[in-house]
Amino acid sequence: MNASAVKDPAAAAAEAPGILDKSVKELRALGDARHLSLNDAEWAVIQGHFKGLKREPTLAELETLAQTWSEHCKHKTFTSPIRLTEGKKTRVIKNLFQETIVAATQAVKKPWCLSVFDDNAGVVAFGKKWALAFKAETHNHPSALEPYGGSETGVGGVVRDVLGCGLGAKPVLNTDVFCFGRPDYKGPLPEGAHHPNRTMRGVVAGVRDYGNRMGIPTAGGGLWFDDDYRLNPLVFCGTVGLIPQWAVDKEVKPGDFIVAVGGKTGRDGLHGATFSSANLGEDAPTSAVQIGHAIAEKRVLDALLRARERKLYRSVTDCGAGGFSSAVGELGAAGARVSLENAPLKVSDLDSWEIWLSESQERMVLAVPPKNLKALQAVFAAEGCETAVLGEFTKTGRLVVEHRGRPVVDLDMQFLHKGLPRVEREAVWNAPAPAKPSGGAEKKASLVLREAVADLNVCSREWVIRQYDHEVQGGTVIKPLQGVRHDGPGDACVIWPQAATGDMDDHMGFSVAHGLNPDYGRLDPYWMAMAVVDEALRNLTCVGADPSRAALLDNFCWASPADPKQLGALVRAAEGCRDAAKGFGAPFISGKDSLYNQSKDEKGRELPIPGTLLISAISTVPDARKAVTMDFKGPGNALYLIGRTNDELGGSLYHKILGRSGGEVPKVSPACALEGFKSLHAAINRGLVLSAHDLSEGGLAVTAVEMGFSGEFGCLIDLDEMARDPRIYSNETLLFSESPSRILVEVSPESESAFLRHFGKGAKAAAVRRVGQTTANPILKVVGLDGSVVMEEPLRELKEAWQKTLPAVLG
Amino acid sequence: MKKPKILVLRAAGTNCELETANAFRVVGGDPDLVHIAEIKAGKKRLMDYAVLAIPGGFSYGDDVGAGKVLANQVRHTLTDLRQFVRLGRPVIGICNGFQVLVKAGVLPHSNACDQVASFTFNDSGRFEARWVHLRLNTQSSCLFFKGLPEMIELPVAHGEGKLVLKSPRHLEDLKKTKSIALQYVTEDGKLMGYPHNPNGSIFNIAGLTNPEGNVLGLMPHPERFVASHQHPNWTRQTYRKQAIGLEMFKNAVDHAR
Repeated sequence: MNASAVKDPAAAAAEAPGILDKSVKELRALGDARHLSLNDAEWAVIQGHFKGLKREPTLAELETLAQTWSEHCKHKTFTSPIRLTEGKKTRVIKNLFQETIVAATQAVKKPWCLSVFDDNAGVVAFGKKWALAFKAETHNHPSALEPYGGSETGVGGVVRDVLGCGLGAKPVLNTDVFCFGRPDYKGPLPEGAHHPNRTMRGVVAGVRDYGNRMGIPTAGGGLWFDDDYRLNPLVFCGTVGLIPQWAVDKEVKPGDFIVAVGGKTGRDGLHGATFSSANLGEDAPTSAVQIGHAIAEKRVLDALLRARERKLYRSVTDCGAGGFSSAVGELGAAGARVSLENAPLKVSDLDSWEIWLSESQERMVLAVPPKNLKALQAVFAAEGCETAVLGEFTKTGRLVVEHRGRPVVDLDMQFLHKGLPRVEREAVWNAPAPAKPSGGAEKKASLVLREAVADLNVCSREWVIRQYDHEVQGGTVIKPLQGVRHDGPGDACVIWPQAATGDMDDHMGFSVAHGLNPDYGRLDPYWMAMAVVDEALRNLTCVGADPSRAALLDNFCWASPADPKQLGALVRAAEGCRDAAKGFGAPFISGKDSLYNQSKDEKGRELPIPGTLLISAISTVPDARKAVTMDFKGPGNALYLIGRTNDELGGSLYHKILGRSGGEVPKVSPACALEGFKSLHAAINRGLVLSAHDLSEGGLAVTAVEMGFSGEFGCLIDLDEMARDPRIYSNETLLFSESPSRILVEVSPESESAFLRHFGKGAKAAAVRRVGQTTANPILKVVGLDGSVVMEEPLRELKEAWQKTLPAVLG
Repeated sequence: MKKPKILVLRAAGTNCELETANAFRVVGGDPDLVHIAEIKAGKKRLMDYAVLAIPGGFSYGDDVGAGKVLANQVRHTLTDLRQFVRLGRPVIGICNGFQVLVKAGVLPHSNACDQVASFTFNDSGRFEARWVHLRLNTQSSCLFFKGLPEMIELPVAHGEGKLVLKSPRHLEDLKKTKSIALQYVTEDGKLMGYPHNPNGSIFNIAGLTNPEGNVLGLMPHPERFVASHQHPNWTRQTYRKQAIGLEMFKNAVDHAR
């Protein structure tokens, strides 16, 4: 940059911190002071680049580089080389993301994947005319600092991702999963940390207020409680959008105007991208959390989709982390010229770099052909939505930003996007030695069952779900709460997007489900990944979605990857994802990672979260009128259990209740699982299934209880009829094992033979067995291996226990 | 057959307009989504339409009170609304639309166009979404209810749904003029508290009509029950029910023909 071009030397000096002569230590100090989260190798490359240019970088340039190269934006851990030591062997993974997630998607090759990994959301075909855009991401660090604002803007952000996917998809479902410390946590907390109870209330309220105001149904989420999340809550926000297939592709042409639409730019949300790429501590910048305004975003939504129908713009993306810097950079890889004085501001005293990097909410950036500008401005004005021409896209290969005639950024796009040095990281994985279950005291099965249904990770989520408008848009045909009294725990929701398609004669629907279980990850992250993919797919299958049309999203939340053990576990989980996706033939279409989820506890010790993987699956329901709920429908119906039960109680709720450790982690056989899921799907499509519910935490016992009290019928189950490992001699193991891939299904006596025919040759692999029947009396009666009655429990009391846990701690 | 034109009113934060328009379309109406700014600018005229629907949502974020800002705009922009009502043309306000009709002084009917009712926060202190049992006032002349059974089910979803009246005298007036259109009840038709009455509304009122019966305001969402598989218990054979919401839209369209 030419120094003579600078009009205001004082301002320019203030904006140029001077890095050329600084030592490594001084650069680190500068980075810390400005929350840049740059490592030594990155500083060296930046220093070298500007030494070559023979000038100091401006502050705005440093900030732009730090944001673009942040973990949040570049996913450095997943894309840099990793040297993994397993026992005595060492191997190098060049690019974890490419070698696991992308490789699996390429291997399963599904023609209905319309856009994977490169847009703001993954896109799959939905019928011939439409497509579904699906994205889930986290807003963990902001939600830890300010639960309400953090979760609100988490929802707002992922909604904009879907709006900014292709030429814009209409959001038709929000789905949110949270991990918190227990809301009744009584231990100490470090200075400044929120109690998990307050965090949970704030997060739920934020998601509620933003989603409800935008008129997007919120359904099909999940909750997980574990005290290791008390300082680092996880807030996963997901959105599904409906988009016409013609609008999936976008392009930017040189000469197109860069048009910002929506909210004004303020000082809120500075350093969001870089701050989420560091461990969370007391010194977290308060300005990093943005302020949400749902109605401003609703205006953008209304205007954008109207402009899309008239094809007034060529491309669009959202302003997320990094604000204009990342949005303009993403769209204009061939070059862009921006004049910051054109940006509408909330306050007039913003510095250039603040305007450029601010993460103020509800803003999007469009590429608009000059001839369409007037028409586009009229569409947005009609919705009361502001537009501003920031500049134009060029083909110079340079990112040029000016402010009141003064150049503030002049960077080579190639250096900005490709200049990031790849630093090899060390990772260690030591396979845990198989440990025999030990410790804890035996308990009567009926007492374990009572504790299991009331456990925080099993109990009713009604306290949360009722606060969400899960039926706006009139398409939630399978609701999150099911059964006679609309309060039973559904496996997934089914959405019939009639409001968005405008076609009430098209009955195709879709379903979204999740899988998450950090307790398995504590034993082996590989099998955790397999188990949670399985869980998401079996939940989808239970409601009538097609398991062979399922697409997946991955969201890894981990502690610091600077710890080789943490990184080793992360590699192991990613490899589990790869093998599960290949085994189930389910491609990944999008994903995210959130690292550095660890903080110092009250004694100054690092408290990492347990390695957590959320798998979110989406699939079509060929005819939403054939969907299935989980409540028993009547007495005298046959109960079939699909899937084999093994002695693998490691990480199970049963062990937690007994205070027992060790044991085998549950293992998945994707081929057998898929056989069962596909056969069940065919039977559901033929109308042969009355109810279906998956087996997860608490195993068969909890599943049977939930189906019973939701339908207000009982059941009789004979454990000796279960397909199982013949070495199991314990009734408790059969009742509470969490072997994956299992589903309990209710079939009327007249449909039994037709139902079984659908399993055909695969019946053996799917391990489908008649294990009992439903009864008129709402009692769970279980006959054990020796023919004696193991338990006879009234379901009404179990339902009360299941329902009162959350209200008791939240009010 | 003639397709009556339906004005489905929009503003920033309206969010149930598409499903409301779909419901009218299915029963033979010709819905038009109209932003209130278009009326203000004179591009669209209320009197060109046969039916007015104000759908649910959070107009202007419900800042300063649910529906309040849009209600003021309705007062000052839809100045021919009184005439529209007097001509007997159907008007339906759903959820936020009901709040707008009440705060604009359209419901309950008063000759002086005064606002005699309002809404406040649910007794539970929270936004809640659930299906409720409702009893229709068979004595009212509400045209939307023609041919409907006395006991129906619909979903509610709101945080500020508790109807309050200026004075007890107004409740007597409502009863006398048969203006109470819908009440929250138990499955067997009794007036009970929470959760049957989801918000604590006075006298369990869920909806109001005018003495002539051509204006209906209600907190529940009939546009979310226009197909039988929108009912929460449609997967249970014994519960399969007629899609009651659709009948309300059909009655309005039939009346307008």
